Amino acid sequence: MRTGAQIMWECLVREGVTDVFGYPGGAILPVYDAMLEFPIRHVLVRHEQGATHMADGYARASGRVGVAIATSGPGATNMVTGIATAMMDSSPIVCITGQVGSKLIGSDAFQETDITGITLPITKHNYLVTSAADVAPAVREAFAIARSGRPGPVLVDITKDAQQGSCEVDWAAAEPRLSEAQDEALPGDGDHREALALINAAKRPLILAGHGVMQSGAEREILALAERAQIPIAVTLLGIGGVPASHPLNLGMMGMHGEAWVNTAIMDADLLLALGMRFDDRVTGNLKTYALNARKIHVDIDRAELNKNVRVDVAIAGDLRATVAEWLPHVEKGARSAWLAQIDTLKGDAAVRDIQTLPDDGHLYAAHVINDLWRVTGGHALVVTDVGQHQMWEAQYYKHDSSRSLITSGGLGTMGFALPAAIGAKIARPDAEVWVVAGDGGFQMTMAELATAMQEQLDINVAIINNGYLGMVRQWQEFFYDKRYAATPLSGPDFVKLAEAFGAWAAAVTRRSEVVDAVNAARRQPRTAVIDFRVEQEDTVYPMVPAGADLHKMIRRPSPLVETGAD
Amino acid sequence: MVHTFVVYVDNKPGVLNRVASLFRRRAFNIESLTVGHTEQPGVSRMTVVVDTDAYGARRLEANLYKLVPVRRVDDITAAPSIVRDLALIKVASTGEARTHVMQLVDVYRARVVDVSPESLVIEATGTEDKIDSLVEVLRPYGVMEMVRTGRIAMARGTARALRPAEPLSGDLIADDLSIGSV
Ligand SMILES: Cc1ncc(C[n+]2csc(CCOP(=O)(O)OP(=O)(O)O)c2C)c(N)n1
Ligand SMILES: [Mg+2]
Repeated sequence: MRTGAQIMWECLVREGVTDVFGYPGGAILPVYDAMLEFPIRHVLVRHEQGATHMADGYARASGRVGVAIATSGPGATNMVTGIATAMMDSSPIVCITGQVGSKLIGSDAFQETDITGITLPITKHNYLVTSAADVAPAVREAFAIARSGRPGPVLVDITKDAQQGSCEVDWAAAEPRLSEAQDEALPGDGDHREALALINAAKRPLILAGHGVMQSGAEREILALAERAQIPIAVTLLGIGGVPASHPLNLGMMGMHGEAWVNTAIMDADLLLALGMRFDDRVTGNLKTYALNARKIHVDIDRAELNKNVRVDVAIAGDLRATVAEWLPHVEKGARSAWLAQIDTLKGDAAVRDIQTLPDDGHLYAAHVINDLWRVTGGHALVVTDVGQHQMWEAQYYKHDSSRSLITSGGLGTMGFALPAAIGAKIARPDAEVWVVAGDGGFQMTMAELATAMQEQLDINVAIINNGYLGMVRQWQEFFYDKRYAATPLSGPDFVKLAEAFGAWAAAVTRRSEVVDAVNAARRQPRTAVIDFRVEQEDTVYPMVPAGADLHKMIRRPSPLVETGAD
Repeated sequence: MVHTFVVYVDNKPGVLNRVASLFRRRAFNIESLTVGHTEQPGVSRMTVVVDTDAYGARRLEANLYKLVPVRRVDDITAAPSIVRDLALIKVASTGEARTHVMQLVDVYRARVVDVSPESLVIEATGTEDKIDSLVEVLRPYGVMEMVRTGRIAMARGTARALRPAEPLSGDLIADDLSIGSV
């Protein structure tokens, strides 16, 4: 006989879980008590939101399911933001929450919250487990669901009596049995021959590569397709890293802050091959004018994404890697030199506006910091960003050559994500050089997790891009609200003193000439290091497609040498 | 266009909530939803009526399949099918009016299932149209109370219902993104 709590841990061990992120409380105490008997590392977080972001960062860095644990009531509700973040970005995590005793459910007992109700629309699925016998089937199914198809979060809410009760477990019977409910005639039954005919006939094809490239492990297949047919590639924010940034066919990031040549290429293309991406409004701009010249092929594991935002000619539901592998032998070798030359021309114009050409004028620009960080780390760091201007500069100036080397909250845009997600990533990949790139606003949302990093003795590097503003919102106010900076000027603590108080190494940088040394000093530190980069305050992310505008109608960088947009 | 879906789900707590929540979350308006047991133990059957275009119907179906307890979804909109609604209607009727009401009940092949000095309760089954029209003719006598089950439907014959052959058309889910934000 084993208790429900023991069964839960045994399930985790059987799923190959080695690390969990959590925070105890009354309703989850039996689980915590049983934990001591199992070979699993528990990372004590400082806020349950942190636990979910850590599990998420862990999952994104490794491809394995991340696990977060919390108590009932406030512990569970604190997880909501992290669960929604994982849902939007298809990140496989399993959240275990304690619940009041099953007899008390519905009575408004102390710390009772209907967390399965609350998380219903932001999980792939969730369970309320009220007896020890149901623990194993639910937890095992939760893992299967989290990692299958389009990955995502699953929550298992276990009542205290279910944790305490005992039963025998028949592990064979607890094998997850997911009904493979499928319907061949749903959207996604697109004809592969039609897709191939479109690809082979296209004169100006473009691959739009998203997060699905990494999720399905299709990195090599996508490159092979691009190289064989000489098709250039544009990536989404979450697609960064799926194709090496230095590959000549990789044009870079598309969308709201994508480079002009990328967005123009999308509008000029005669065929878009959307692979593992979902035509989010951040990448399409105005849908009425979006890529009107292009036929469209869409491959996604999630049928519900097909023909959702953009009508396509061929919609294929399925695993991206398998689909492209099936295509490859039938894809004709192509040259497409005219098309590539056309894009090169666009690029030539934009390249002179680049940050690199800007001489040191004594100011510290965020773009320079990122550019130096990229050079010093040789492009090999695993960077985890927060949300805001710094996030976009990271995406533009850090050239990611390897898969799963940029972790960022794309779909939900969750400030406060970076530091905890980086902790999870570092625990998943201890050998990786992990850098947090966060704004002064977002960092202050979850900076308490520095204590977690210290307690776990993690060697994480944190670059705070400190502009004294909620910069991205300020930028919108600058462009669209007549520079009325309502509630965006932001003060902060002395980040150096703060980090030191946590026991971390810290430095502040105010000049461009100091960036490289500071980055190197942080890298040499075997413990958590924080650098406060005090950057230009009213800097602007260019280019920018205003929300709802046509994709190619971007606000460009102002002039060849002025990157900052200081007007 | 009005679409009728038959959705087979595991008969577990909370499943109705999951299905209803999906419609709400994806901004589909449910015109009617009924749920009940089927010939198979452990499986419930829902009939859901939704007004949406062809693309919306497909997307809805794909989303329904993403719910773990959903086993099968049939869009029987275009299939030859039997569609029924059941209503209980309490009508004020005394004296002469009572005779008139009874005659109407006969014409509509409905039944009187309760009689009291001031009122009658009428049970009617049929298509929604038929019941709508019965309600209309009863209204002048004073409909005191009414309850309707909403649509239940079953495809005729044994072939699995085919999806409607209507051409794919319809509005984009969000064609005005200018309200986008930071
Ligand atoms: C939790 C949360 N609240 C609010 C926002 C809206 N928002 C988007 S970017 C941003 C400003 C971020 O400021 P900061 O972290 O300093 O980064 P910066 O843009 O200055 O680089 C805000 C408030 C958000 N994305 N997430
Ligand atoms: Mg800031």
